[in-house]
Amino acid sequence: MAKDNMIQVENLTKMFGDFTAVNNISFEVGKGEVFGFLGANGAGKTTAMKMLIGISKPTHGAATVAGYNVLTEAELVKRNIGYMSQRFSLYNDLTIKENIVFFGGIYGLSSKDIKEKSQTMINELGLHDMTNSLVGSLPLGWKQKVAFSVALLHNPKIVFLDEPTGGVDPITRRQFWEMIYREANRGVTIFVTTHYMDEAEYCDRVSIMVAGKIEALDTPKNLKSQFRVDSMNQVFLKLARNIE
Amino acid sequence: MGIILNNISKSYANVPALDDISFEVAPGELFGLIGPDGAGKTTLFRILTTLLIQDRGNAAVAGYDVLKQYKDIRNHVGYMPGRFSLYQDLTVEENLTFFATIFGTTIEENYDLIKDIYIQIEPFKDRRAGKLSGGMKQKLALCCALIHKPKVLFLDEPTTGVDPVSRKEFWEMLKRLQQKNITILVSTPYMDEAELCDRIALITNGKILQINTPEAIIASFPKKIYKVRSSNTYQLIQDLRIYPDTHSAYPFGEYLHFTPKSEAFGPMDLSKYLEERHHKGIEVKETVATIEDTFMDLSKAQE
Repeated sequence: MAKDNMIQVENLTKMFGDFTAVNNISFEVGKGEVFGFLGANGAGKTTAMKMLIGISKPTHGAATVAGYNVLTEAELVKRNIGYMSQRFSLYNDLTIKENIVFFGGIYGLSSKDIKEKSQTMINELGLHDMTNSLVGSLPLGWKQKVAFSVALLHNPKIVFLDEPTGGVDPITRRQFWEMIYREANRGVTIFVTTHYMDEAEYCDRVSIMVAGKIEALDTPKNLKSQFRVDSMNQVFLKLARNIE
Repeated sequence: MGIILNNISKSYANVPALDDISFEVAPGELFGLIGPDGAGKTTLFRILTTLLIQDRGNAAVAGYDVLKQYKDIRNHVGYMPGRFSLYQDLTVEENLTFFATIFGTTIEENYDLIKDIYIQIEPFKDRRAGKLSGGMKQKLALCCALIHKPKVLFLDEPTTGVDPVSRKEFWEMLKRLQQKNITILVSTPYMDEAELCDRIALITNGKILQINTPEAIIASFPKKIYKVRSSNTYQLIQDLRIYPDTHSAYPFGEYLHFTPKSEAFGPMDLSKYLEERHHKGIEVKETVATIEDTFMDLSKAQE
């Protein structure tokens, strides 16, 4: 494995009975890269992501994430990655502060670290007046920004973001992407799924899954010239339509 | 006989969800409510479908008052809520039969209306609804909302979390339904879908920012807008933030959309500024605003 690769995937396959959900995919993601993992609903993205974060075992193939083997070192993978999804991120019945303390504890940070980290995080988010508000009372966009920061509490080398901006208002959605850029600039690798095709353009490289396979993988610029279109939306429509 | 709302307000425990909302949807119109999570879209749907009573104002759907004639409304509207709300343990066909029976009709009687959509899920008619994929659930929910031939169809975020291909197909289905004289009120957080509606209302924090045709809303954008890029997007955002003539700078796909404060702004000045800050591959070009630019400009002004 090249020493700067944060994700290295070789011939990864997952079968459920006779159904091949993920069919022999291979790719790598470099350190500090923003990698967009796209595909239609049911294309196999979630299944692939579950294998990469160490909660589902591959049927064939191998993958290394943050330097650890997902099959034999799943616990180490989990400790060295961050993860947030649209569905479950934080506890609505806890305050922002309580969520930070809780997740900090889960990741084994000392109380001193938690205190320092939460101070930095609250400063960066500009959340001073709201640290004692219940997370459930925050607008969705704020929840997602807090959830992203919480996913970074333990300084993971790579963060997996599963549709982090679905339904978020356009201004907050862009603030969220600025946070992504900032972390990538600090060297954190970002692995992100989205249904917003303008966000696909923000990624350094993008892969598009169709029916369990990766049908395209390149920079947005190269994909657009390869398919002779001017937006990632058109690339996506062309690929997913043609296969059917 | 479409939809009429006059000064509708609704609060939950003193938190306003809708604040003095008025608009009309003409019969046969495809009208979009465009706004993010928490804007008040679902509250509005629930009032119009008689599932929630407003604090103030009045509203009529298909000619019936939402308070006095709620039973008539329920017989004449179809409602597809944001959360999947069919019976997971019934099969596709059983769900459809169930909804037809409740409304005193049969699948055969109105088959014509749902045919285009239903044939796509018919191969799975014996599968339980809970076992369907997202796209198929959505098609089944739409069939169930249509089976009694409603005059008005309410669709609350039908495409949220749906991939671009299925979203496009869904909108093609809506356009065909519109041909059959059904009035459609649809909400979405995806600003690119706004352009597919006859008219749209931009809504945020319980207030309407603007109502018009998508073309007119785009044309009303009050400023010149430029697309800007360089080889380091993150640095570009930072540098535009501190540029003295910046009114707004937001990422838009592979470019940033930039609006200047001053009338006298010249793109060459900005290029020069970025060169001084060691940017490579600089491009500054005038462009056309989108619905999303307008939405952000209006919500920024509201704050």
